[in-house]
Amino acid sequence: MTQSPTLSRRSTSSDLPQPRKSRQRGTDTRAGYTFLLPWLLGFIALTIGPMISSLYLSFTNYNLFEPPKWIGLDNYISLFQDERFLQSVGVTVSYVVFGTPIKLAAALAVAMLLNSKRKGQGFYRSAFYAPSLIGASVSIAIVWKAMFGDSGPVDQGLSFFGINLGGWVGNPSMTMPMFILLTVWQFGAPMVIFLAGLKQIPGELYEAASMDGAGPIRKFFNITWPMLSPVIFFNLLMETIHAFQIFNAAYIISNGEGGPAGSTLFYTLYLYLRGFSDFRMGYASAMAWLLVIVVGVITLIFFRTSKSWVHYSGDSK
Amino acid sequence: MTTIATPTASAADTQAPHYNPKSETAGAKRLKSAIFHVVALALTAVVLYPALWMIASSFKPNAEIGGSNTSLWSSNFSFDNFVTAMDGIGGVSTMTFFTNSLILALGAVVGTILSASVSAYAFARIKFPGRSVFFGMMIATLLLPFHVVIIPQYIIFNQLGLVDTYIPLLVGKFLAADAFFVFLMVQFMRNLPAELDEAARIDGAGHARIFGSIMLPLMKPALISTSIFSFIWSWNDFLGPLLYLNTPEKYPLPLALRLFVDQTQSSDYGAMIAMSVLALLPVLVFFLVFQRYIVEGVSTQGLKG
Repeated sequence: MTQSPTLSRRSTSSDLPQPRKSRQRGTDTRAGYTFLLPWLLGFIALTIGPMISSLYLSFTNYNLFEPPKWIGLDNYISLFQDERFLQSVGVTVSYVVFGTPIKLAAALAVAMLLNSKRKGQGFYRSAFYAPSLIGASVSIAIVWKAMFGDSGPVDQGLSFFGINLGGWVGNPSMTMPMFILLTVWQFGAPMVIFLAGLKQIPGELYEAASMDGAGPIRKFFNITWPMLSPVIFFNLLMETIHAFQIFNAAYIISNGEGGPAGSTLFYTLYLYLRGFSDFRMGYASAMAWLLVIVVGVITLIFFRTSKSWVHYSGDSK
Repeated sequence: MTTIATPTASAADTQAPHYNPKSETAGAKRLKSAIFHVVALALTAVVLYPALWMIASSFKPNAEIGGSNTSLWSSNFSFDNFVTAMDGIGGVSTMTFFTNSLILALGAVVGTILSASVSAYAFARIKFPGRSVFFGMMIATLLLPFHVVIIPQYIIFNQLGLVDTYIPLLVGKFLAADAFFVFLMVQFMRNLPAELDEAARIDGAGHARIFGSIMLPLMKPALISTSIFSFIWSWNDFLGPLLYLNTPEKYPLPLALRLFVDQTQSSDYGAMIAMSVLALLPVLVFFLVFQRYIVEGVSTQGLKG
């Protein structure tokens, strides 16, 4: 309990009694903006500025060499007639919808398994976390491709049990499970966060529930789930947003093409191909803005629905 | 506190009434512990298998990778793959790629530490108009898909003639563009007692002094986590170099790896995997050395206040 001072956050500099009020306020304002300068510059030059210009570009035809030509909503309209675009949406949505819940369920299950004072807990926690650190690298994408290729270890292992799928990499209906396994393999990061959350739940609650004769299932739904709901919410939001942005593995495994049969044409990969291979930067900007809108709407929906199932019990004290 | 199954508690347990389902004999407890370890070890084997397979394959001759010999161990153990991998591609040695990766990663660490700590101090410790608005915007960028900015950024850097230099890859680090690290440091600083600033202020110290001589030394844990993560993220970054670098002499390892895959077209599997191992080596070493820091860092940043 001592290791997370982050939970008590009441004391900030704003509570300071401030002598010489007005003069202090002047220096504070100057100092505040001086200290904030690096972030402010970056925010204007690298975030807000580019966001506005990509919004503008999304209404134009632009190929980097000739000046942008205003075409109104044409990019957005042609997106919905573009079969490759629709395919990339389908691929990405099924990755997010299946990959994220499975990953989080695995993370929560393992976190609950590890949440005890047994020997070796630290070792297991580190071992399970390791894939999260390397999972997005090009190296792992190459290894994944080799493992799931023709007569790779996965194919061989399954053949041993009489399941002859062949290589997953070249099979359009097996590439999605392969990518989902890659993200589930990285369950360690949300697991570590779950574990920290589980440690905050007072043991008395479980003891009291046991006295009342509650079984493990009731304890899970009546104690663990509500007490952990802020952490579940955090993990769900972050993992969902990240899942939409998968790129490295898709690029490496499909040689930057999204194949076979477009089954690995993830949204960001198609965006990259349109922008930096075809130099249709207006079109790619429209795709980027559509992604921002979708992620924004999802975030909003998450926050709206969270009121009914996320309990911030710590705040009521 | 959450566990009731500690040795000291077991004495009390034996005196508990018999109908209490929590009372267990020592034997049952040992059995439970054994089951836990069997499950956890099996899971560890599954989770670590890809990494073990990668390392084992890097020492195998090509014919044996993905052949009928499925065991991780090969009797034909050799360093040949690494020798080939170190030769590099297109006349550029792998050492060059290593150096490039290192320059980029160290640049990222220095830039992030400098810019994020200063900005975080403004957010956490100084009261000024507009602070909460900017803080909200900073949080929003945490959730923003960065793809929305890559096209205009590319256009700008292209017009400035900075494509195929490291500047586009590093400038964001010096401008605290990784909001995650700013947020991490803000959270950390907010938990340092306010009395520290107060006392320093009474002694006549300005913000520069308070930041430099009080905050920075106390922030060591946050600075270490930031260094580790910004190093690893930069080391593994692929999209940035893919967009901005064209000359193989300037490639960092992930981009070199892709080039290697393109050129050998999987004909030299062993060397490809050996190079993948080499590219991950620093990350693995970092992890083994700093694993406590890394895992603790993740568990506290997740529990945002």
